[in-house]
Amino acid sequence: MLPELGKYTVAVLGAYGVTLAGFALLVGASLLRHRRVKSELARLEAARRQADER
Amino acid sequence: MSFWEYANPTRFMRLSGAALPWVAGLAALSLAAGLIWGFFLTPDDFRQGSTVKIIFIHVPAAMMAINIYVMMFAASLVWLIRRHHVSALAARAAAPVGAMMTVIALLTGALWGQPMWGSPWEWDPRLTSFFVLFLFYLGYIALWAAIEDPDKAADLTSVLAMVGSVFAVLSRYAVNFWSQGLHQGASLSMDRQENVSNVFWYPLLLCIAGFFLTFLALLLLRTRTEIRARRIRALHQRMAAG
Repeated sequence: MLPELGKYTVAVLGAYGVTLAGFALLVGASLLRHRRVKSELARLEAARRQADER
Repeated sequence: MSFWEYANPTRFMRLSGAALPWVAGLAALSLAAGLIWGFFLTPDDFRQGSTVKIIFIHVPAAMMAINIYVMMFAASLVWLIRRHHVSALAARAAAPVGAMMTVIALLTGALWGQPMWGSPWEWDPRLTSFFVLFLFYLGYIALWAAIEDPDKAADLTSVLAMVGSVFAVLSRYAVNFWSQGLHQGASLSMDRQENVSNVFWYPLLLCIAGFFLTFLALLLLRTRTEIRARRIRALHQRMAAG
């Protein structure tokens, strides 16, 4: 249950909403790039190993 | 073992890989506990009403916005003096997190300022210096993206971090330098008499810990990504060279 925020409901919920959205964006973007870069590096290193073996 | 050996990318990857799950878990716990305590379990302030709940996000975000830039300054200094790549990449990894903290501090401040001051924005010394700090963050991120050679980019962005750190300090002490403007002084102080009431102080400390640990977790994750991206670039160059 939400606490009673009275006439400041929009300001308080807006502030928490902005913060949670900002955190979600930061964490989401960081994880997404982390996964993309990690799999790209794995692919390149596997290709390099194959080339070295030949 | 010397402190500087942690700047070895291989050692950094090993240690940060082991620490990251713990730091991330602690960050999630302290952030959730602090925000739930602050939002649901604290009373209204007798003057500010329920808007006092904004303190639990506005103050930690503003503190992190300033301190992340100070961290970038220190990491840039290490790069310029000792040429450790991990320090330059850590500064790069921290910048978007600092920029987001600055945005959160500015927006939550505006949402708090509207009902309390009757205006979401004033060209007050602290607000203005914070806005300039945000522009420095954007400039720093843009400069990294604009320069192809990573060492040259690290050199130039380090210089920008040095210059911008003046505004980071200025935004912290702007209220003290100029005794004018709408923004109040610090909410936290070593002097207990000057602190906010204990009923707000303890959850605020927990939220500050949560914001700090979240930054630390993101810094470790993003620095690891930057180190891998650098390795990808090196492999591409090696392949192109035949």
